[in-house]
Amino acid sequence: MNWNSAADFFAMGGHGYFVWMSYGAAALLMAAEPLLARARHRQAMRVAAQQSDNESGGES
Amino acid sequence: MKAPALRLFAFASPARLYRLAGWLVPLCWLTALVLAGVGLYMGFFVAPTDATQGEVYRIIFIHVPAAWMSMLLYLVMAFWAGIGWAFNARAASMLAQSIAPTGAMFTFLALWTGAFWGKPTWGTYWVWDARLTTELILLFLYLGYIALVNAIDDRRRADQAGALLALVGSVNVPIIYFSVKWWNTLHQGASVSLTMAPKMASTMLTAMLLMSLACWAYAFAVVFMRTRAHILERESHTTWVAELVQAKIKA
Repeated sequence: MNWNSAADFFAMGGHGYFVWMSYGAAALLMAAEPLLARARHRQAMRVAAQQSDNESGGES
Repeated sequence: MKAPALRLFAFASPARLYRLAGWLVPLCWLTALVLAGVGLYMGFFVAPTDATQGEVYRIIFIHVPAAWMSMLLYLVMAFWAGIGWAFNARAASMLAQSIAPTGAMFTFLALWTGAFWGKPTWGTYWVWDARLTTELILLFLYLGYIALVNAIDDRRRADQAGALLALVGSVNVPIIYFSVKWWNTLHQGASVSLTMAPKMASTMLTAMLLMSLACWAYAFAVVFMRTRAHILERESHTTWVAELVQAKIKA
């Protein structure tokens, strides 16, 4: 085990700022990207539903 | 929709690619989460403190995977863009365009984590060194590809112009990779290579490889999610999308 306490872990031997800025950015971007992709998929689904509604509405 | 005559191109149909991607997304997420969990545990709790750098070296477990993915995804993107252009396969072009944002994200992450590693070890966030500069060019290539493809209204022409840019730009990838050999750079040489024994403790190497596989699974998951959105956007006028939407509304 490398760490004696939680504080020791977050301090990262005095370089906590650099380590957590790196991992923080990675976590943020890798959480945001799938959420954006999901929102885009839902939006595409809504647009497609509207189009198919318009078309079937026109036929009947 | 009739079954395509040529089985080799079965997944060239956007409808089939849509279904395949939908099936793969949860599997990729599961793989990514498990590998990242084990990889981070290994990286922070099992891998020892580095003798010269102390704890700050632990940035390697995200920096190297991000840098690898940035180069690999570019080649994969250029490959599919080229296939889409050569065979007029729109599903391949859609796949290529879905890879670009994830590639750009990993490139940015490689530069960002590199900056936060460079400050405590080299004394500077940025230096116009061969490795760093070529990686920055890679980011501009991704952004240029995304901008170019979105600037052209005719989808087929956008696919073709994008493919040309992606293929010409791929010459940059070997330059990035070998930059640390060809020029005197501040950036250290390759930590891992196929021909030499790794220059690090085996637990460090294991953690780095696990994190790389996790990033790979993540890239697959998010690219397939985006591919599905992309296919729906471009195929919204087709019968299969109309049927899909109707089935979804009834369910």
